[in-house]
Amino acid sequence: MLRAFVVIVCFQFAGEALSRLAGLPVPGPVVGLALLVLAALAWPALQREVEEVADTLLRHLSLLFVPAGVGVLQYLDLMRSEWLPLLAVVVVSTALTLAVSALAFTAVSRRGRGGDTGA
Amino acid sequence: MRGPGEFWLFLSTSPLFWLALTLGAYVAADALAARTGRHPAVNPVLLTVAGVGAVLLATGTSHQTYFAGAQFINVLLGPATVAFAVPILRHRSAIRRNLPAIAATLAAGTTTGVVSAVLLAKLFGGGQALVASVAPKSVTAPIAMGISREIGGLPELTAVVVIATGITGAVLVTPLMDALGIRDWRARGFAAGLAAHGIGTARALQVNPVAGTFAGLALALNGLVTALAAPLLFRLF
Repeated sequence: MLRAFVVIVCFQFAGEALSRLAGLPVPGPVVGLALLVLAALAWPALQREVEEVADTLLRHLSLLFVPAGVGVLQYLDLMRSEWLPLLAVVVVSTALTLAVSALAFTAVSRRGRGGDTGA
Repeated sequence: MRGPGEFWLFLSTSPLFWLALTLGAYVAADALAARTGRHPAVNPVLLTVAGVGAVLLATGTSHQTYFAGAQFINVLLGPATVAFAVPILRHRSAIRRNLPAIAATLAAGTTTGVVSAVLLAKLFGGGQALVASVAPKSVTAPIAMGISREIGGLPELTAVVVIATGITGAVLVTPLMDALGIRDWRARGFAAGLAAHGIGTARALQVNPVAGTFAGLALALNGLVTALAAPLLFRLF
């Protein structure tokens, strides 16, 4: 378990280093994610090694948002003065994204396969 | 040590106290959410942030003092992002089978998510920092915060907008899909994961296993695609 955590942290570090050195517009941990996917495709044993720790981290993902969420206390004034654009974005843009995504998926998979409900 | 005042001074400046309070509040909030049958309105993140935030405001504790303890949780956001490699690897045969639909939906959904957020924020008079903070709102928090920092937003504000987006998406997805007449579980799940990341994915998993699988896929892929596309889209709009 400790070894799996070391593997994950090393991939994050490699991602941070690559992102910084190559000047990529992508956050380091995302580069680390891509590196881990590629590495595990080449060496499948790597996936089994990290699976348990990765699942544990993702199961408690909600907890990891909390410190950042509490950090918004520093921005209460900003939220009070900008509540209208914030509300508009959260409600309208989210509904729009849901609708466009679902419609695009059904449109393309229907054309490819002649109407598959997939359930 | 004499008197409760002195004891409080010791407690409130100790990083361990704020770490323990955050963990304890989360365990309590999660138990409460489980007891309501995971009702979308009873979100453990929202409850924990509200509870801990109330304690900080009531005691006049600075964010710096709080973060000395909470940073030990916050630092795990990076490893959690890397951990998304595992669901992607697990679903790689499903990714391959539905590649055309997945690619088209990612292109349409990611663009809609970022561009509509940026345009709406500007339309309703949001400033530059606010517009940058809401652009990655549909992506899971660790990735969204990285993107926000990259394009000049406030990562903490992004975290809150991301959580609000997740809850909103989880509540809206079922009635909206029914209204649009979309019965394909792959499409419903993929939309939930793309628009409302982990909270939308949790919702999809409760409704249907096929929807849950495709939601997890969309959550991970949208994280990657938005990280690549958001800085560019943000500059264009």
